[in-house]
Amino acid sequence: MDQNLLGTSSEPVTVPVEAGQLKFFAKATGETNPVYFDDDAAMAAGHPALPAPPTFCFTLNLARKDPFAFYTGLGLDLGRILHAEEEFEYVAPVYAGDTITIFETLVDMFAKKGGALEFYVFEGIAINQRDEIVVKLKNTIVHRNG
Amino acid sequence: MTAIEDLDVGSALPAITKPSINRTTLALFCGASNDHNPIHVDIDFARRAGMEDVFAHGMLSMAYLGQMLTNWVPQSAIRRFGVRFGAITHLGDEITCTGKVLEKLEEAGETLLKLEIAAADQYGEAKLIGHAIVAVS
Repeated sequence: MDQNLLGTSSEPVTVPVEAGQLKFFAKATGETNPVYFDDDAAMAAGHPALPAPPTFCFTLNLARKDPFAFYTGLGLDLGRILHAEEEFEYVAPVYAGDTITIFETLVDMFAKKGGALEFYVFEGIAINQRDEIVVKLKNTIVHRNG
Repeated sequence: MTAIEDLDVGSALPAITKPSINRTTLALFCGASNDHNPIHVDIDFARRAGMEDVFAHGMLSMAYLGQMLTNWVPQSAIRRFGVRFGAITHLGDEITCTGKVLEKLEEAGETLLKLEIAAADQYGEAKLIGHAIVAVS
């Protein structure tokens, strides 16, 4: 593994949080809590707009012309990668109407099983239109060799 | 339901069980989640990659775990939420999300609950194992 890749960051992506996509995400995940798909229910619960659910910053980070260019640029083969771990740390809420900027940085890489599995650890930051950090992400990808 | 501040170490969260995962589930989640990796929706691509069939996005089950948490507490109470993806979730799997309180701790004037959470299939095989930290007050 090329340790010189450590510290490599993805291009920041700036993406609007759209109510329509939040509703589509709620549908796709079988969400039953109306706070996540009904504007009136969200407002009644004290939200200024539909809230983005807990894993949504992962989705926002993929709102790119080529979402996997960063990984393929590091030499990873899409057919051979699996998601190993994901962690979110929440600093401030994300709502429909926000504009979020996200990028991630390769912070660790290591091999297991004699190189059959290679792990890549990325840390990301999501920042809103007021330059506030809203969510910190940590994402570990495993690449299957052989 | 028991008030969250009355929960003791060992208390279980209300579990949720989701409908079994089919190809439509994966197609919808592909679009809605922006995760267009063809390995989840294109069987030809999956077979060329050495898999028997397409399989579920790990983040779909993580979204289900998130629903278990937000059904239970307001999302603003969640401080951290993390999982390890231990096994692939296949077509036909029916995911049940469970959790329990591992620890009660005080930090910066807040009472926090550390939770152990898991998503398992209909045979009880754990697919995702993780943790969350939620604020009580």
